[in-house]
Amino acid sequence: MSNAVSTAPNTKAAARTATVKGGQRDKALAWLTAPALFFFVVFAVVPLAGVLILSFASWDGIGAIGSAGLGNWFSVLADPGLYNALGLTFLIMLASWLVQTPISLLLGVFTAGSQRYRAALAVLYFLPLLLSSAAVAIAFKALLDPNFGLATGLGLPFLAQDWLGVPHLAVGLVIFVIAWQFVPFHTLIYQGGVRQIPKSLYEAAEIDGAGTIKQFFHITLPQLKYTIITSSTLMVVGSLTYFDLIFVLTGGGPGNSTRILALDMYLRGFRANLMGPASVIAVILVLIGLALALFLQRLGGKDKQGSQLEGM
Amino acid sequence: MSTVLKSSAEETPAGAPSNPAAPKRGLGSRMRRLNVPAGLGGWIWLAIIIIPVYYVVITSLKTQAGYFGQNPLALPAEPTLENYQMVLEADFAKYFMNSTIVTLGAVIPTVLISFMAAFAIVRGKGRFLKLVNGMFLMGLAIPLQATIIPIYLMIIRLNLYDSLLALMLPSIAFAIPLTVLILSNFIRDVPNELFESMRLDGCSEWQTMWRLALPLTRPAIVTVAIYNGLHVWNGFLLPLVLTQSPGLRVLPLALWTFQGEYSVNIPAVLASVVLSTLPILVLYVVGRRQLLSGLTAGFSK
Repeated sequence: MSNAVSTAPNTKAAARTATVKGGQRDKALAWLTAPALFFFVVFAVVPLAGVLILSFASWDGIGAIGSAGLGNWFSVLADPGLYNALGLTFLIMLASWLVQTPISLLLGVFTAGSQRYRAALAVLYFLPLLLSSAAVAIAFKALLDPNFGLATGLGLPFLAQDWLGVPHLAVGLVIFVIAWQFVPFHTLIYQGGVRQIPKSLYEAAEIDGAGTIKQFFHITLPQLKYTIITSSTLMVVGSLTYFDLIFVLTGGGPGNSTRILALDMYLRGFRANLMGPASVIAVILVLIGLALALFLQRLGGKDKQGSQLEGM
Repeated sequence: MSTVLKSSAEETPAGAPSNPAAPKRGLGSRMRRLNVPAGLGGWIWLAIIIIPVYYVVITSLKTQAGYFGQNPLALPAEPTLENYQMVLEADFAKYFMNSTIVTLGAVIPTVLISFMAAFAIVRGKGRFLKLVNGMFLMGLAIPLQATIIPIYLMIIRLNLYDSLLALMLPSIAFAIPLTVLILSNFIRDVPNELFESMRLDGCSEWQTMWRLALPLTRPAIVTVAIYNGLHVWNGFLLPLVLTQSPGLRVLPLALWTFQGEYSVNIPAVLASVVLSTLPILVLYVVGRRQLLSGLTAGFSK
């Protein structure tokens, strides 16, 4: 067919040649995705299906895998430990969002300015991003020592608490350390977002006599809508993955007061050797992750969904 | 707010020195006064970031006696490197090598195969490519932890348990979605005329990809390489679950075990924290500009 078309010397035929070539091109292009697709399917999609299957299995992590039917689901759903972990996961997610978003938004707007010292500040803000969660957790453990830590150093006795021994203090500490580690990253996102707002909007507002605060709420915030959604999505979905930090900082304690879902899954699976129930928790984690991502996308407006995700 | 300041400064040069942290230059303008809290907040946050870092560094230079006897924030009376010596003697070089191997072994394949996929997704129109793209986008929402149990099972079955390769394979898979997304955003910005002229010159898609798209997306490639590198370098869960031998520890895991073994010797533990961060810090100092501008563009388009 392509032969017949290519011999016809008119523009219509040329256009058709292009579409035929387009089809071949698509095939050639499709092969370019093969390696990425292979890795993603084998080490992400298959495990995703695997975790669903394992949630109906009984396995201690070493021996043979047996069937458990719905047993794991019943036992996990009847376990108050699940609801503790769920509640805590959402508490830390919500608190992290409420703490980090305003701080990183304001810092992002602030550091988007052109003065030199702001650029210097932004460099230092970036430091926590270079540290591993293990390093951050270990550093804060030392820092919080009531006798040899920050409290004595700064002469602030109210900081000398048993941070890792009292449940509500431990939760607060986890929220603070998460903010310490991740606000810099979100600041960076907002800084980039602010720099893309057209200056003419502010000039027009200036002429209309709008003050700084009015400009912030009527120009900056609405213009940052998609940046806010991008940052929030990363923050909220990311909050499901604070495993390392909490594992090293508190190990889930005191008691179970900082045992979030991801940690609950690890401890059930790799410490108590109950891979089946742990897989149930993992399935719940996936569902929460997907639900949150879809919800946040929808916030961005349905028609904008495509470009929305691309913004991440 | 700063943008406001900038634009007003452009209009009226007199308003140029509207430095919020320097109110001494005059409080005449309403805007300058309102920005004092912002400047103050900026500096407070800086203190929150810097004090812990400062504490870790100076404590790592203290002797045990200095740690127990001095004000914790005071500079060490007799600074010592013996903590560093101790950490370095505890196989630090080996852990450093392991981390380097895993990071390079994960990042190079990730960037290469993601670039090819991103190019195809941008250039192609077919339903299959749309589907692939959609799948990768969904992948963004899947937490790595949730799949760790089947990954553990697969790695055992593949006879890869307790090897460095076991850490690379899942790292590659989970880095693909975001890498493809960022790279395809950049490739999309390449003007269509350039692709057209390559096509008219008789170049295949394969040639177009390497000769046109690759050079033009170099900044984005550096960005995703650094971003993924940081993630893999600092990764903790995969090494914790998929390796066992002390000889295969990567830095974050080594830090954690070291902390367990030497919890009485806080200066030594903190020296290990500093040492584990140092290589990344050096890279950061060298490639800061590239990293910051790349990340800004990559995440806030």
